[in-house]
Amino acid sequence: MTRTSPAVAAVALAIAAFLVAFLVVPVAAVVVTAFADGQGGFTLAHFAAFAQISLMRESFANSLYVAGLTVAFATLIAVPLAYLTVRFQFRGAILIQTLGVLPLVMPAFVGASAMQLLFGRSGSVNLILKDAFGITLPLMEGLNGVIFVETLHYFPFILLNLSAALANIDSSMEESAQNLGSSGWRLFSRIVFPLALPGYVAGASLVFIKVFDDLGTPLVLNVTNMLAPQAYLRVTSIGIEDPIGYVICVILVVFSIAAMAGSWWFVKRRDYAVVSRGGAMAPRRRLTPWQTFLAYGWIALVLLLVLSPHLGILLLSFSKVWSFTVLPEQFTLAHYATVFEDSTRMIWNTFLYCGLAALFDVIIGTAIAYIVLRTALPGRQLLDHLVTVALAMPGVVLGIGYLRTFRGIELPFGGGALTASWLIFVLAYAVRRLPYALRSCMAALQQVHPSLEEAAENLGANRWRTIRRVVVPLMAGGILAGFVTSFITAAVEISETILLTSRESLAPMSYGIYLYMQSIAGRGPGAALGVIAVVLVAVGTYLSHRFVAANTPQNPTGGKP
Amino acid sequence: MTFPLARRIALAIAATLAPLSALADTVTVVTSFPKELTTAYKKAFEARYPGDKLEILNKNTAAGIAYVREQPAGSRPEVFWASAPDAFEVLSGAKLLAKIGPGNPAIPAKVGNYPVNDPEGFYRGQALAGYGLMWNTRYLKANNVPEPKEWADLVKPVYFGHLAISSPSRSGTTHLTVETILQGEGWAKGWAQMLAITGNCAAITERSFGVPDGVSNGQFGIGLVIDFFGLAAKNSGMPVEFVYPSVTAIVPANIALVDGSKSPEGGKRFIEFTLSEEGQTLLLQKEISRLPVLPSIYAKAPAGYPNPFGGKIQAKVNFDSNLSESRYYVVLSMFDQMVTFRHKELVAATKAILDAEKRLAGKPSPALEEARRLVLTPVVDEKQAADKTLLALFKAKKTDAEASKAKAKVEEEWATKVKANYAKAVELANGAK
Repeated sequence: MTRTSPAVAAVALAIAAFLVAFLVVPVAAVVVTAFADGQGGFTLAHFAAFAQISLMRESFANSLYVAGLTVAFATLIAVPLAYLTVRFQFRGAILIQTLGVLPLVMPAFVGASAMQLLFGRSGSVNLILKDAFGITLPLMEGLNGVIFVETLHYFPFILLNLSAALANIDSSMEESAQNLGSSGWRLFSRIVFPLALPGYVAGASLVFIKVFDDLGTPLVLNVTNMLAPQAYLRVTSIGIEDPIGYVICVILVVFSIAAMAGSWWFVKRRDYAVVSRGGAMAPRRRLTPWQTFLAYGWIALVLLLVLSPHLGILLLSFSKVWSFTVLPEQFTLAHYATVFEDSTRMIWNTFLYCGLAALFDVIIGTAIAYIVLRTALPGRQLLDHLVTVALAMPGVVLGIGYLRTFRGIELPFGGGALTASWLIFVLAYAVRRLPYALRSCMAALQQVHPSLEEAAENLGANRWRTIRRVVVPLMAGGILAGFVTSFITAAVEISETILLTSRESLAPMSYGIYLYMQSIAGRGPGAALGVIAVVLVAVGTYLSHRFVAANTPQNPTGGKP
Repeated sequence: MTFPLARRIALAIAATLAPLSALADTVTVVTSFPKELTTAYKKAFEARYPGDKLEILNKNTAAGIAYVREQPAGSRPEVFWASAPDAFEVLSGAKLLAKIGPGNPAIPAKVGNYPVNDPEGFYRGQALAGYGLMWNTRYLKANNVPEPKEWADLVKPVYFGHLAISSPSRSGTTHLTVETILQGEGWAKGWAQMLAITGNCAAITERSFGVPDGVSNGQFGIGLVIDFFGLAAKNSGMPVEFVYPSVTAIVPANIALVDGSKSPEGGKRFIEFTLSEEGQTLLLQKEISRLPVLPSIYAKAPAGYPNPFGGKIQAKVNFDSNLSESRYYVVLSMFDQMVTFRHKELVAATKAILDAEKRLAGKPSPALEEARRLVLTPVVDEKQAADKTLLALFKAKKTDAEASKAKAKVEEEWATKVKANYAKAVELANGAK
C-alpha cells in the first residue's frame, strides 16, 4: 500500500524540522569537535589516534561482550514472564507485568548502589554466606557485575515490547496449531514466538543499544574499560574539548545505527502481519497443577531478584545506620519527613516534564511509524534513522549541545531564556526518549494488516478517519507501551538533567535523588525519594494497564459499529 | 499640610522598600557541595539579607564548569563554589571569573605553605581540607585488619583487598593526595608507595564520594578520603574513624565570583557572608564538619575538632603548587594508565607477589625482587617527568590534532609497557623459588 499526499508530506516535513532543530543541530554543534583540527579545518587524525590506543580497542570489545550477554540473560528472564502472563490463565498477571517494569524506574546509579548493599563485597548475601560457609561470591565485580545489574535493569524493554506483540497475535493461529497436535515448546518456538518476533527484536535491539551506551552502571561499579565510560572520562576529566571523547561518541552513534538497521532488516525480511487481531480475546490456556507450581515458583524467584534493588533502597530509606550488617539496625521515618518537607515540587516537576515529553513522543512516534510503513514518501526512512541517532547520544553530549545551540534564545511573551525554562527539559526528554516510543509504535503497526485499512477506505472512510478509527485503536497497546517506556525512562534520566538544571525549583526528582546521594547524611532521604518515585510510577503503569484492558474490545465482531 | 491617607501609605511603603530593593537580588550559586551544607548557608544567608534569594545549583565540578562556560555573559550564575583548586584555574584561565577584593583581614594569607587565596585575586579559600584515612571499625574487626596510622602502613600485605581510593583524574582531592605523597616521599619512592597501595585496593572508585560511601556501608575497609567525608560520616552515627597521617597537605576549598553574572553585587554579598564570622561558624555543624579558614572560629568548636592553625595537624609536606600544576596532566595520565585502567592486572600481580612472599617465608629470591621492581617502578622516571617536551605535549590545546595524536602515542607506549610488566611480574612471582 503506497500512497503519498501533500498532508502526509507536510507532517513529515514538520517532524523532520523538529528533529533537525532539537537533535541534529545540537549534536552537530558538539560532534564537529571530533573532526576539527583546532584551526577550523577538517581532520581524521583523531580517529587515527583512537585506533592506535589498545585501551580503546579493549573497551570496544568489552562493551560488545557485556551488551551481547545482557541481551541473552534479559531474554531468559523476559520471554517466559511475557509468555506465561499473556498466554495462560494466571492470577495477578497485571501485577506481575507491572512489577516487571519497575527496574526501569530507578536511575541506574541508584539501582547499582542498592544492589551493592545486597550483593556487594559486604552485602547482605555475602555476609550470610561468609557466616554460614566462609565463602563470598564476586557477584558485583568487574564485567560480570555490569552484566548482572544491566540484565535486571533493562530486561523490561523486551518484556514490554514482547507482551504487546503477543497480545496482538491472532489466537486462531495458535488454535490451528493446537488442533494439528502442536503444544508446549513446539507450539511456542514454531508458532507463537516467530509471530511475536517484531516485538522481541524491537526490545532486544533496544536492550543491546542501551547497554552498549550505558554510563551510570559501569561507573557506579567502577568499571572503566568500556566504551561509554571512556567517552565520559575523556570528556569530563580531560575537558569537554577533548576530541577522542567525541570520536567515541561518533563510534557509539554509528554502531547503534548499525544495530538498529540490522534488526530492522532482520524483521523486514518476512511478513508478520496478520489480518485479524487477537488482543484480549485470545483464550488463555490453563496450566496443569504441576506446571502451575513450576511457573509460579520460577516467576517468584525472578521477581525476587528483579525487585532486589527496590528492596535494598526501601530498607535504606528506613534505616538510620546500615553498615556491615545483613539488615539495617535502626529504623526511622525521618528521611520521608525530610523529603516531603523540601522536595514535593520535584515530584510534580517530574510528572509535568515526563508526561508532556512522553505524550509528544507517542504522537510523533505514531506519525513516523505510519509514514515509514504506510506511505511511499521519498526519504521516509531518514526519519526513522534520525530518531535512532538520539538513542545513541550520550546525555552529556546532548546536554552540552542544547546549552551551546540555544543559548541566548528568548521565549516569546517574556518567558525568559529557553535554556533557563522548564520547556528545555520537555524537549530534551522528548528527543532522547523518542526512539523508545517509535520502536513500540512501529512494532504495533507492523502487526496491523494493511487490508484492514483498505477495507475501511473501501467503505468510504477517508485517510484521516481510517487512521483515527482503525489504525490508532488497533495500535493502542503498542502506543501505550511506548508512552510508558518513554515516561519512566525520562523520569530517571540523570546526565542531561544535571547539565540542564538552571534552578533547583525547576529540577525533577532524578536530580533530587542525585543531589541527596552525594553525602553520607543524604543517602536516607535520597533513598526515600527513590522509593516515592518507584511507587508513583508503578501506580501509573498499573493504571495504564488497567485502562488498556478496559478499553480493548472483548469481541471484535460485536464491538462498536 | 495634610497628606491624603493613600499618599502617606504609599510613601511609607516606599520608605520601607527602598533599602530592601537596593539589596534585593537572586544569587545563583553553582556548587558541588552536599545539600546539608548548601541548605544551611541558604537559610542563614536569607535570614541575614531578607531581600536576597539564594538559588543553589548543585552540579559535579566538571558539569559545573561546562555549565558556566556554556552560559552567555549576562545570564551566568553569580558564584562558583567547589573543592578542587584546578577547577578555578580552568575558569579563571577561560576569563570567566571576576576579581574580588582582599576579603576578611582576619583570615591568614597562608596555611602551612599553601596560599589560602588565589594570588591573582580571582578566588578565595572558604574552608580548609586535609586528606586522611577513614575506616569502618566493624569491617576491620570482622576481617582482623589493624587500624592504619600512616600512608606507608597501607602497603602492608595485611591490607590486601581492603582498601579503596578514587582516581585522581576523577577527583581533584585525590589528585592532591597523590601529589602530596609524590612530593613528600620523592618521585620514585612516592610512586612505588602509590602502586603498592593501589595494588592492595579492592576498587578504584569513579566518584570521590564512592570511597566514603563504600567505607560507611562496609564494602571497603579503609578509604583514602578528604577529611569532612570522614568526619561527617562519623558524626552521623556510622561506625567509622578518621585520622590525618603525618604526610598530608591542608588546602583550601574555594569560592569565586563569576564574571558576566546578572547580579554581581548579590554574589559578592554571599561570598563575604561565607567568610564572615557567622558564615564560618556554620562549617562546624556536625553534618558539615569542615575546617574554617577564620582561626577565631576554632574556639567555638567541640572538643577534639581538628585545628590546622593550632599545629595539631602537622602537614610535613611543603606543598609546591607550581610543581603540581606543571606536571598535572602527566600525573593524571600515568595514574590512569598504570592503575585505573589496569587495576585488574595490578591486583593480580600484587597477589602473585604476596603469595610468593608467603611461600618463600623470607628466603631471598632474585625473581621475586625483579617482579617487585616491575610492578612498583613508574613508567616515567623523575627526569622524564620534568622533560619540557613531554609536559608541553600533555598541556597542548586539546583540539590540536597533531598534539593529540602524539599524546595518544605516548600513552599507548605506557599502556603496553605497564601491561607487559604486570604480566611478567605474575610469571616471575609464580616461578620464584
